[in-house]
Amino acid sequence: MPKYSLKINGEKRSVEVDSDTPLLWVLRDEIGLVGTKYGCGIGQCGSCTVHVDGSATRSCLLQVSQAEGVNITTIEGLSKDGDHPVQKAWLEHDVPQCGYCQAGQIMTAAALLKSNPNPSDKEIDATMSGNICRCGTYLRIKQAVKTASKL
Amino acid sequence: MTLVKTQYNRRSFLKVSVAAGGGMLIGFSWLTGCTSDKKIEKIAIPNEWFEINGYIKIGDTGLVTIYSPNPEIGQNVRTSMPMIVAEELDVDWNNVVVEQAPLNTGFYQNQFAGGSLSIRLSWNALRMAGATARRMLMEAAAKEWSVSVADLTVTKGIIKETNGERTVSYGKIASNAVGMEIPEEVELKEIKNFELIGTSKKNVDGKKIITGEPLFGLDFTREGMQLAMIQHPPAFGMKVKDFNEAEIKAMPGITDAFIIDTAIDEPDWNDEKGFLQQIAIVGDSTWQLMKAKKAIKANWETVSELESSEMHTIKLEQALASGSGTIEQARKDGNPEAAFKKAAKVIERTYTSPFMAHNTMEPMNFFANVTENSAELIGPTQMPEPLEKSVSKLLNMPIENITVNMTRMGGGFGRRLYVHYGLEAAIISKKTGTPVKLIYTREDDMTQGTYRPAYQATYKAGLDENNNLIAFSVKGAGLPEGPIFPNRFPAGTVENYSAEKIDTETNVTTGAWRAPRSHFTAGAEQSFLDEVAELAGKDPIDFRLELFDRAITNPVGEKNEYEAERYAGVLKLVKEKSNWGEKTPGVHRGVAAYFCHSTYVAEVVDLVLENGNPKVKKVWCAVDCGIVVNPDAAVNMIEGGVIDGIGHAMYSELTFNNGAPNESNFDRYQLIRHSQAPEEIEVFFVKNEIDPTGLGEPGLPPAVGALANAIYAATGQRLTQQPFAKYLKPEKIIG
Repeated sequence: MPKYSLKINGEKRSVEVDSDTPLLWVLRDEIGLVGTKYGCGIGQCGSCTVHVDGSATRSCLLQVSQAEGVNITTIEGLSKDGDHPVQKAWLEHDVPQCGYCQAGQIMTAAALLKSNPNPSDKEIDATMSGNICRCGTYLRIKQAVKTASKL
Repeated sequence: MTLVKTQYNRRSFLKVSVAAGGGMLIGFSWLTGCTSDKKIEKIAIPNEWFEINGYIKIGDTGLVTIYSPNPEIGQNVRTSMPMIVAEELDVDWNNVVVEQAPLNTGFYQNQFAGGSLSIRLSWNALRMAGATARRMLMEAAAKEWSVSVADLTVTKGIIKETNGERTVSYGKIASNAVGMEIPEEVELKEIKNFELIGTSKKNVDGKKIITGEPLFGLDFTREGMQLAMIQHPPAFGMKVKDFNEAEIKAMPGITDAFIIDTAIDEPDWNDEKGFLQQIAIVGDSTWQLMKAKKAIKANWETVSELESSEMHTIKLEQALASGSGTIEQARKDGNPEAAFKKAAKVIERTYTSPFMAHNTMEPMNFFANVTENSAELIGPTQMPEPLEKSVSKLLNMPIENITVNMTRMGGGFGRRLYVHYGLEAAIISKKTGTPVKLIYTREDDMTQGTYRPAYQATYKAGLDENNNLIAFSVKGAGLPEGPIFPNRFPAGTVENYSAEKIDTETNVTTGAWRAPRSHFTAGAEQSFLDEVAELAGKDPIDFRLELFDRAITNPVGEKNEYEAERYAGVLKLVKEKSNWGEKTPGVHRGVAAYFCHSTYVAEVVDLVLENGNPKVKKVWCAVDCGIVVNPDAAVNMIEGGVIDGIGHAMYSELTFNNGAPNESNFDRYQLIRHSQAPEEIEVFFVKNEIDPTGLGEPGLPPAVGALANAIYAATGQRLTQQPFAKYLKPEKIIG
């Protein structure tokens, strides 16, 4: 199997996997970073969202061979102590119910606020609509994004 | 104070555990207390823990571990159940850590998540656990100081002599409490004296969730563990014959491939009835397993009819028209036939709803480690006890040799009441002789079955010349179970009433889905009553309140399954809070009220049309669930129920062709998304001192009816078929 050198959360990681392996499964199976979640495998639910050079990216659709030479950030690397403004806002609004989709929601929100520090309701809706929450925590997510934009 | 008899097995108390790492759930770290606020100084990690009873362990530094007995599926019982224990124990919530209890049928009761029952069934047991421990700690202090317990008080884990200077913390006295006699009676707090219950406490797992810590079954790993996947037949009515085993085994990363059989003797309701024989493949990496799954070439044989959605519709129509199928439950008051004949106005409507999938965001998965003499199971299950029983039957192994541990679940909604995926993991592990984690792909998950049944129901009402409701009938058919609760509202409010529940057959497997049947009946009945109110020329809330007045003053029949005062109470509350009588230009309103799972909920939906599309602006909710344990989390539950209800009514359906589901992932199966959610939801709780009931389900059903009624107000269209978005005709919108 080919070897790949990845930069994940600021650390170099080397993995030996099939070249078409999605980054999602490299993170979860090979590196043990399981905060990035599997939900659909086809880029429809957003549970697997990570940052690739700061942009929100569906890790289930990004093959490992395309993931070299970029900076990958997962939920585990978003902040040192869970104190990224988005994470703090998530705690303040006590957003999660089951919690499974929330890492993906947080990563999408963090990327949004980086590129657009004061998004409108419509912009929040448009960006966050790629992330499904079956529990229905959408209102709290929106409130938390707004709170985070002020932190 | 209320005196209650203690009901524990004495032996289960008297255990001292002197362990540094007492975590019972794998991956649990007890270094964080129930607060994420760094300003609050944390208590040091204890050197010694003293187990006071099966719910409570006290460390020598005063840190308290409370075991949460029930599975956590997002209903937040891992916070609210320990809160109830902590209230009666009288301990500072900041000094509490929560651990998931393992399945222990010898000690805990009702260790399951379903029917919105966790809090309702365990309320007394949890209070008693806290109160018993508090009493024992006080007795230990009284003995130490040679005083009477009556001379002592407790505040936040510190015992104090009422007329003296002496104080001692729970942490310091806990070791003495371990040998104490269990009190025969304990005092429970007066409800008005609650300090913790009724205050909002944040999710105890919040920090772990937002930092991506391994909490879920799918995150679990163990040294030497292999991964496994299944391939079930592509259609209901098909069975696996054979497959290209040698080819699959030869694929990279695949260590084994075989056919499993999870049929057991005398299966219970939560055992799989559909795909009992499946292909299993085992390997080292998820991706290689996914690729091997795609390479499976199997021969499937047809063993029963391959059904389609068209057939399902016809079956339901026939069941309603001819009474084909089994009439399971019925109620009849007065003479509905005669009353309809003499009615001045009669209205009849038929409502339908398709099959739906659960779609928990975390697909089914389970870890199993089966050896010759033991089976260890770890994963997401709402029903650990039936899982243990079924594994015992499947492996022909005594139940004592089987352990089940529960992980946090990425959603349940009823899907994980069914235990087959745990059995599949167990049989695969037995075959390979290794620890195994079984993983379903989203497609496996969505096409495996256990769906919300498809429904069709006909409602009929008759009004006299004064617009009084004199006759009401409902007949509901389901594939397989009819969506009828004969003794629910409006039973009891109308002289001439009939209800018939008709069950029909399908080989598509179904199961409980968040607020089973209620999510459909609430939508149908509450839309229908809206139309009846309109026909009677009455305000929809006033019309319902009139009916409740009848049920309060002079109820018809004796088996009515609701308290009319509380039902009317939530309607009145939502009427007041939403300023029901006031009209805002462009805003269209619909109301619904429903009682299920022992909780009363009324909702008003405010809807506008944006470019001809309905958009929910605000939902007002009034809820009577008795005592509210954790208010902000309770609000979260209702918000989620409303969004889930609106989403599924608007967008979701699972259709069939030749026995196979047409939707297998979120590209075709539509779930509600951010932009489609209501912009605001406001929740009001009725304040009373009634023992608490559940909130996981009751918020959902009325949202369906209130939405349908608001859509009518906005567009003039009475939608009787779900999903609404499919049947809403944009060209006919008059709003």
